[in-house]
Amino acid sequence: MVDSILLEARYRKDFFQQAPADTLILKTPPTISTIYFGGGTPSILPGDWIIQLIQTIKDLYPVEPAAEITLEANPDDITPNALEQWQTAGVNRLSIGVQSFIQEDLKWMNRAHTTSQAGNSVILAQQAGLSNISLDLIYGTPYLTDSLWLDNLKKANDLGVDHLSAYALTVEPRTALFKLIERGKIPPVDPEKQSRHFDLLMDWAGQNGFEHYEISNLSRPGHKSRHNSSYWQGLPYLGLGPSAHSYDGDVTRSWNIESNPLYIKILKQGNLALTEEKLSLENSINEMIMIQLRMLTGLDLLSFEQRFGKAAKDKLLELAEPAITSGQVICLQDHLRLTRKGKHFADHIAMELFV
Amino acid sequence: MKQIRNFCIIAHIDHGKSTLADRLLEHTKTVGEREMTNQVLDDMDLEREKGITIKSKAIQMEYAMNGTTYIFNLIDTPGHVDFSYEVSRALAACEGALLLVDATQGIQAQTISNLYLAIDNNLEIIPVINKIDMDGAMIPEVKDQIVDLIGCKEEEILLASGKTGIGIEEILQAIVDRIPAPTGEVTAPLQALIFDSVFNSFRGIIAYYRVFNGTIKKGDKIKFINTGQTYYADEVGKLGIGLQPTKEVKAGDVGYIITGIKNAKEVKVGDTITLTENPGTSIKGFEEVKPMVFAGIFPVVTEDFEELRDCMDKLQLNDASLTYELETSQALGFGFRCGFLGLLHMEIIQERLEREFNQTVITTVPNVSFIAYTTRDEKIIVNNPGQMPETTKLDRIEEPFIRAQIITQSDYTGNIMTLCLSKRGTLTNQTYLTQTRVELTFEMPLTEIVFDFYDKLKSQTRGYASFDYTPLDYRASDIVKMDILLNNEKVDALSALIHRSRAQDFGRKLCEKLKELLPRQQFQIAIQAAIGAKIIARENISAMRKDVTAKCYGGDISRKRKLLEKQKEGKKRMRQIGNVEVPQEAFLAVLKLDE
Ligand SMILES: Nc1nc2c(ncn2[C@@H]2O[C@H](COP(=O)(O)OP(=O)(O)OP(=O)(O)O)[C@@H](O)[C@H]2O)c(=O)[nH]1
Ligand SMILES: [Mg+2]
Repeated sequence: MVDSILLEARYRKDFFQQAPADTLILKTPPTISTIYFGGGTPSILPGDWIIQLIQTIKDLYPVEPAAEITLEANPDDITPNALEQWQTAGVNRLSIGVQSFIQEDLKWMNRAHTTSQAGNSVILAQQAGLSNISLDLIYGTPYLTDSLWLDNLKKANDLGVDHLSAYALTVEPRTALFKLIERGKIPPVDPEKQSRHFDLLMDWAGQNGFEHYEISNLSRPGHKSRHNSSYWQGLPYLGLGPSAHSYDGDVTRSWNIESNPLYIKILKQGNLALTEEKLSLENSINEMIMIQLRMLTGLDLLSFEQRFGKAAKDKLLELAEPAITSGQVICLQDHLRLTRKGKHFADHIAMELFV
Repeated sequence: MKQIRNFCIIAHIDHGKSTLADRLLEHTKTVGEREMTNQVLDDMDLEREKGITIKSKAIQMEYAMNGTTYIFNLIDTPGHVDFSYEVSRALAACEGALLLVDATQGIQAQTISNLYLAIDNNLEIIPVINKIDMDGAMIPEVKDQIVDLIGCKEEEILLASGKTGIGIEEILQAIVDRIPAPTGEVTAPLQALIFDSVFNSFRGIIAYYRVFNGTIKKGDKIKFINTGQTYYADEVGKLGIGLQPTKEVKAGDVGYIITGIKNAKEVKVGDTITLTENPGTSIKGFEEVKPMVFAGIFPVVTEDFEELRDCMDKLQLNDASLTYELETSQALGFGFRCGFLGLLHMEIIQERLEREFNQTVITTVPNVSFIAYTTRDEKIIVNNPGQMPETTKLDRIEEPFIRAQIITQSDYTGNIMTLCLSKRGTLTNQTYLTQTRVELTFEMPLTEIVFDFYDKLKSQTRGYASFDYTPLDYRASDIVKMDILLNNEKVDALSALIHRSRAQDFGRKLCEKLKELLPRQQFQIAIQAAIGAKIIARENISAMRKDVTAKCYGGDISRKRKLLEKQKEGKKRMRQIGNVEVPQEAFLAVLKLDE
């Protein structure tokens, strides 16, 4: 697999040169400022592979010296040995899939790690000098009471992490969890509780110096995920590996085939396994609405107008009227922002604002 | 004229009319091998999809026999009950009819009703037992049935298979030998009866007619007698596969005319075409079509009303059995109250509007036409629940009754009795056609059969029953208006007229169905069914607590955008009623109660 990803990195080394520089809200950075290993559990990869991947990328692409290089890691994969190799490779940020510090909760989610591994992994990383850490937490699950949720947040805070990704668990159809719930083997998720936990999260963030900078992301000042932020700013990105998505910063989105064996086969044959999609004007408008509404900064009306014209902006404001009247959206300083109430319905509101 | 034969093919639904027509067209080389498809005359998308004929089709063929070439004008007719009106129009243009009977099914309800229509029109009837290639063919039994029914001799019955082509030559010969040539004077004043018309977006309106007397020539100044309008015959011709222009069409023949008319209302099926110079008189027109069910059709987007009106006009020209008048609804704004021949017809109109005319429409709860008498003895025709007078001013209501003819195997008599009694029917006659086949006659309220009767009948008899009906009269009845309230707001477009004994059950089922069909919103939605001020059923849709997906990184962006764009499309097909969003299909929830 790694061989194939390395091949893809080679084949596509001109990706950022092709990206049109000036069509964007922000200028395309001439260099690579972030690298992210995600999409599952890259932490199970042998450490030397990660070293090899990062080295190849640095060889092929103009990676900034101070680039943010994040690795998604499971708590049970974090050992002093692994940490050392990751650091050698250049990893300087960890996103740890802790999910919860409550044993029963972890069991319900069918996670391999234990409560103590969850906490220890963070401490180990910090001891190794990898202190730029984000934790994933999941709320609204059946065994997580309101006070246990607050306990989880407190625990994360006590561990001294500066970034949290907090997700309401969505049970996707056709997953194991979905089937277990359907058969009544485990209790279902309660949307009411999820909504309540989301409120608790927002309160807690305010009281503890975290900025809720995107629907599911919170950080202490200066600790936003640079990588994820670039998705939301409409910057170009290159995704390598099966089902990885890329964006040219303009109207082309592309993604790799999902199947691992097929991906490997196609790459070995010297081809790319890409599917491409050209965004229509409407698609681009909708994307901007959907993404920017999720951010604390909100939807920037000036750049919206600059990019899509006055008529599009007027139409947008007309569509936003009901949400503004009902107090789910506010229009402040040329930005449309979700209110606290609106954040619970971000998808629905974005849909309403779509062209 | 002696060489012309005008005939139609009539039968019960699915007995193989269109397939037999294929063979006739093939045998006479009217349609080349390469152009041939199954049921080639069923050229509408909807007909091909549903596998049934919706609109009758006229086509001309040439057939050589004993050194003489004959001109055959064939009209293939639809078999479904809803379209018996189409059949009656076709009959008026013909001298003969092929009456097909499926060899495996025998005589069915529409066989009988269509036969009577043909007899009323003095047509020569050629009985044909069709599908004799099939394993289950019961030729002797079916022969007996036919002899009994029409009183012909056994030898007069032809045997055929539209599938394999058996008996086609005999049929063609019988058409020449048995069906009389048309009579009429080529030099007499022109009398041409319009029996159909279609709209063509390039050519305008094309009218199909049968010339009874006189001759119609290209360039003639013509007059439609009933509307009084005059036109020039820009083009006349015969109906082959496609239009085939000719210089003239003479008495006895069938043809088409194009006059450049664009307005649907100017061409009335049943009207007579004559010349302005030396005009003829009007041929007795056809019976006006009587709609059986009424429903509202509204544009999903209110601003599209004018466009919809335009499309309705065009559609009506294509389908003269569609009637409509303006209607306003508090919930839906401007639209039309349309009269349909039945529910299939209604479904077809809606689908044609969507496909051929690109209109997204809302169709409301269908109902039959009631008559209300007020306390001051005014008579009000109620085609729409909104027209029902208030209870305090209402004296009595009458509802339409029909006579239903059901032919079945005697084993199912019990099931059918139970079904019809539950539909407020009374048995008026029971005749054994053979030892095992029985014809049951019921008098029933029309409203009970338009909805789910046919499906229930089929399931109660495993398909071994055929059914036909004719309107009877109006009878006093305890009909009430049931309203649906969404968050306490009455939705006029969901009101229904229903017999009191049914209201409770109907209201409960309708509320349950609406609960399924209405999307959750950010507040609770109360769905109530009420008669007057009395609530008879209630359901709640609880409020949506949250609608936000957690992650939105690289690949999530496209996925999520597509999902939300799809939702947005769905939303564009919804109507806001008070603060509740109601999807298009919810207005027809009443038809899906048993699903
Ligand atoms: N085996 C066999 N099947 C036939 C024959 N004729 C028609 N069919 C089949 O019967 C079905 C109905 O045939 P159609 O020709 O569409 O019948 P129709 O009478 O025109 O139907 P409507 O116009 O809807 O009333 C089709 O599936 C045909 O393939 C035949 O002679 N033999
Ligand atoms: Mg047919």
